[in-house]
Amino acid sequence: MALDKPYKDIPGTTIFDADQARKGYYLNQFCMSLMKAENRERFKANERAYLDEWPMTEEQKQAVLARDLNRCIELGGNIYFLAKIGATDGRSFQYMAASMTGMTQEEYAKMMLEGGRSPKGNRYIGEDK
Amino acid sequence: MATITASVYTSHVPAIGAALDLGKTNEPYWQPVFAGYEPSKAWFAQNTPDVIFLVYNDHATAFSLDLIPTFAIGTGPSYPPADEGWGARPVPVVQGHPELAAHIAQSVIQDDFDLTIVNRMDVDHGLTVPLSLLCGQPQAWPCRVIPFAVNVVQYPVPSGRRCFNLGRAIRKAVESYDEPLKVQIWGTGGMSHQLQGPRAGLINREWDNAFLDRLIADPEGLASMPHIEYVREAGSEGIELVMWLIARGAMSDRPPKVVHRFYHVPASNTAVGHLILENQ
Repeated sequence: MALDKPYKDIPGTTIFDADQARKGYYLNQFCMSLMKAENRERFKANERAYLDEWPMTEEQKQAVLARDLNRCIELGGNIYFLAKIGATDGRSFQYMAASMTGMTQEEYAKMMLEGGRSPKGNRYIGEDK
Repeated sequence: MATITASVYTSHVPAIGAALDLGKTNEPYWQPVFAGYEPSKAWFAQNTPDVIFLVYNDHATAFSLDLIPTFAIGTGPSYPPADEGWGARPVPVVQGHPELAAHIAQSVIQDDFDLTIVNRMDVDHGLTVPLSLLCGQPQAWPCRVIPFAVNVVQYPVPSGRRCFNLGRAIRKAVESYDEPLKVQIWGTGGMSHQLQGPRAGLINREWDNAFLDRLIADPEGLASMPHIEYVREAGSEGIELVMWLIARGAMSDRPPKVVHRFYHVPASNTAVGHLILENQ
């Protein structure tokens, strides 16, 4: 019997549940490996070769190479783990957050200064704006 | 007998720690955040406990996906600040209280809460940013700290109800400890924020303030709020707020004294909320 997952109808949001974690185990553990300086250096020297050391899917590797965080999340990545790729790239967290929203970093930072994204219209798919 | 004297609730945004460490507290962006904690620092200096029981979550630092404990209590003698990918924060090593922690573990597990026992771990911004906000930048932290890590990264996280009842079990455990220690319990994380996906940047000022109101006046009712409401209204990372219910559950059943309340948007991607409640 399928378990109840009421969070599936929240727009632009992927809940990192046990299924996602199962799919993303190696993707996330690859990210975790970037906590070590020597691993960051090896990754930066040859990203593809470093990724090939991990039993990740080809789709996951392509998403990492493209720095497509939304795709990484869809394939089981979790943002706290994925943030380590951004740190390796020398990117701020706001840069990463903006990259997932289709906004520039400046536009995103301005939205936050103005009080953030309104929940109105963002609670469930189809809610009036 | 040990007693719980007060509880502190605060966001633990990593950028706040970075702003402190890099000396940016007077910049216009950060000044309002740190101003909101000035009364708290003065209060803490006057009311320094013997031990802080500090409820927080690890952010893929000490715990990877290899091991995901729902509730983990630190029973070790000390905990170094973690290198989260850009070097460890320049803050003191956290000194634990192994005797009280072991006593709490013994009592709480016998009350049916299955805690994971941790004797060695690094602690990340989830634990050190709240300490910095209340204690400033001392050479050594002014009291002992028992780290209590809650899984709020992989769903399902523990329910609000379970967190509130766990708080009650922690209160009972503290009050059965023979030494007359003053203990504060801190609940950290939140408030509204979402760090992932096209909905990143969500902030809900109205909901956050209603949460603070209910945490003060109706914590038991608040504890029955389902996860889905946190996620829908306060963002996928807003779920961290369940940890505040552990601290609130550890407080007396009598209404608390509200010492300080503060709310500010934004700190990086997050709404900052803060409360100090004293038992009376």
